Amino acid sequence: MVTSEQHQLLNQLDIQSYYQKMQSSNILMSYKGAASNDLLTSILAIAQSKLAELENKSVVKKRVFTILVEIIQNIYHHFAEVEVDNLHEDDSIAFLLSKIDDTYVIITGNYVALSDIAALKSRIDEVNAMNAEQLKEKYRETLNTGSVSPKGGAGLGIIDIARRSGSKLEYTFKEYSTKYSFFSLTVKISAL
Amino acid sequence: MENFYLEETSKTPKLSFDQRTGKFLMSGRSIPENSIEFYRPLFEWLDDYVKIPSDKTIFDIKLEYFNTSSSKCLVEIFRRLERITSNGVVINWFYEEDDEDMQESGEDFKEIIDIPIIMNVIEN
Repeated sequence: MVTSEQHQLLNQLDIQSYYQKMQSSNILMSYKGAASNDLLTSILAIAQSKLAELENKSVVKKRVFTILVEIIQNIYHHFAEVEVDNLHEDDSIAFLLSKIDDTYVIITGNYVALSDIAALKSRIDEVNAMNAEQLKEKYRETLNTGSVSPKGGAGLGIIDIARRSGSKLEYTFKEYSTKYSFFSLTVKISAL
Repeated sequence: MENFYLEETSKTPKLSFDQRTGKFLMSGRSIPENSIEFYRPLFEWLDDYVKIPSDKTIFDIKLEYFNTSSSKCLVEIFRRLERITSNGVVINWFYEEDDEDMQESGEDFKEIIDIPIIMNVIEN
């Protein structure tokens, strides 16, 4: 049974305007769905062939792809198992890859427990406060001494993303329920 | 002791470790979700190798790209090779001419690992 509200929404779903929107914002690829291993592997494979098609500079191609792998695997390891109230697993993550002028933009969104926000925020703020040289030092120090968690995380992910991208990481949290917030991360990578 | 060999896949590198000649090769990509699980058999093989190493161990690393958990595993591999005290271990780090990121990664390891790491440019 379709409610009148849903009916209204269905009428607004317009592939023409959706396509226009994607065109004008230079979206190369977008995804919203489950965060299973197989699906994420497929997303990465598609992103890789998109980049192979579009980007001539080998170092930029590899940089964008490496950052993408790191972001997606980070979500997979730390947040894929989040059980969000009333949401289906197909609502787990959202992802966008776009190229605006000479900058690649990767945007991801996923649910984070409210209790994890403070730690996540402070980790991002910490790397954002560092310059390139400090990021390099921090990366080397963590590589040398940090231990690997059972999930394979080495505490290096966010440092690596910040270091490779060469830009500040942008993020927002939007409260979803009494337990969860929707976290979005934007990473910009210069193609020059 | 048998050699250690694995074919490369879209997410994991080729691993070819020859016990007798001490010629080691890692090439391709290393982006498995669970790097520890992937590299564990190699760690175990190396634990045995370092007890009876070849006179010379030459380890060529030609990676296209890798994730951070793989870089942690590379450190684990190098730590094992550091136990060979005969000065017979050399790591060759290969990177493409214009790949400053892969060059930088080699420099990272150079900084923290106690084995000679030779930087090799692959000219395009």
